[in-house]
Amino acid sequence: MGPSGAGKTTLLQLITRQLVPDRGHIIIDGTDIGTLNQKELYALRRRFGMLFQHGALLTDLNVFENVAFPLREHTRLSNRLIRHVVLTKLHAVGLRGAADMMPRELSGGMARRVALARAMVMDPDILIYDEPFVGLDPISMGVIVRLVRRMNESLGITSIVVSHDVKEINEVADCSYLISNGKVAASGSPEELRKQSSKLVRQFMHGMADGPVAFHYPAPDYEEQLLGRDGK
Amino acid sequence: MIALLRDVFTTLVLFLRTFGAMNIFFLQLLLYTPATMVRRFRLVVAQVHNAGALSIVIIIVSGLFVGGVLGLQAYSNLERFNAEDTVGIFVAFALVKEIGPVISALLFAGRAGTALASEIGLMKATDQLAAMEMMAVNPVRRVVVPRFLGGVISMPILTAIFTTVGLLGGHLVAVELLGVDVGAFWQQMQQTLELSDVNEGIIKSLVFGLVASLVAVWEGYNAIPTAEGVGRATTRTVVVTAIAVLFFDFMITAAVL
Repeated sequence: MGPSGAGKTTLLQLITRQLVPDRGHIIIDGTDIGTLNQKELYALRRRFGMLFQHGALLTDLNVFENVAFPLREHTRLSNRLIRHVVLTKLHAVGLRGAADMMPRELSGGMARRVALARAMVMDPDILIYDEPFVGLDPISMGVIVRLVRRMNESLGITSIVVSHDVKEINEVADCSYLISNGKVAASGSPEELRKQSSKLVRQFMHGMADGPVAFHYPAPDYEEQLLGRDGK
Repeated sequence: MIALLRDVFTTLVLFLRTFGAMNIFFLQLLLYTPATMVRRFRLVVAQVHNAGALSIVIIIVSGLFVGGVLGLQAYSNLERFNAEDTVGIFVAFALVKEIGPVISALLFAGRAGTALASEIGLMKATDQLAAMEMMAVNPVRRVVVPRFLGGVISMPILTAIFTTVGLLGGHLVAVELLGVDVGAFWQQMQQTLELSDVNEGIIKSLVFGLVASLVAVWEGYNAIPTAEGVGRATTRTVVVTAIAVLFFDFMITAAVL
């Protein structure tokens, strides 16, 4: 979690090596991912599922083919089996009926749910969500939150969720990290975070305008600028 | 003065760097080509349809007019020397060796090149390429190479269609409209035009196909992933292709002569 511009997405890109760190190491399951060549990196990424902020569905394929995409690329499963797996995953996100639609026909929330089905289709060990709750209506939001939680428990996978929806995160997270200005400002279970007395944590958890994180981008004095005394 | 020199130098270095990166990219595309042709042949066919088949209308219409205009110009000039019978030669030489390949390439850049560049650029802007990366699918193999090959395969075919239709256009104007003898028009042409002339046209269309497709996919793949960036990449596709095609046209012509 963290305010906008804190470096959350950058951190995700570093973890998945879409970006290469200038300094330091990123270690996943004991391997330093900075040292992997492309083949090893792709082998590692097959264990990842990632949900992008806006879904990032392939616009030239329909919903079914989007979800089937990783299977077709990486496995030699029969069409029958692929159909079975894809429909199961689409059913889980409630969009089995939209299998024949094209991505442009979907609403933002639906696209995200299809992308979630696609991220799950290879049964990953680690699922990464970049702002999964943004722009979802309350019903889909509730379903998705429960889905994230259920998958974590029943499949025993690790989920990394980047978000600033404090309430939803508190429902799903075992452990939260609050990031601010590129640093971890606080960490712990939602309970522990709530009890933290640090100003930053309190400001963020309770959504207050005043606190260490300024709501206003640095600007000249309001009154001076309105009265035209700033020389412009 | 020093500032000027420094600017020129920086621009030069930047240009060389881009040029080098583009060549590495080109080699990468060639490296991936055999596997793509075998394993993703369907995607290549789909792209031949996108880049080639969908460009046929503009190629035919333009070919007809260009051929017609060549017929008109040739007739009005050759008539002064009572050499109307050689209009066919003139039209054929111009079309087969020069105008066919060059104008096809320019039209291709405008119709197919821009479509390729903006499509790839938008895929990048909407995270589709990053998503593929994350699914352990190389976007260059999946997205770029099929589109590149689609362009490379389409270009010579489009050029052949353009040239053929152009000859018919020349026939329409010179023979049907201006009354040049139909036998003279076609026979003079067949007697004078040699295989080497046709080969020159074919070589040009192959090279232009490579150049135009490479520029389009390069610009798209390296576009700044915003609306403005994709727009700029699309524009640059046309500009760079036009300059490169005319440059190579000159070089090939000089080499052949």
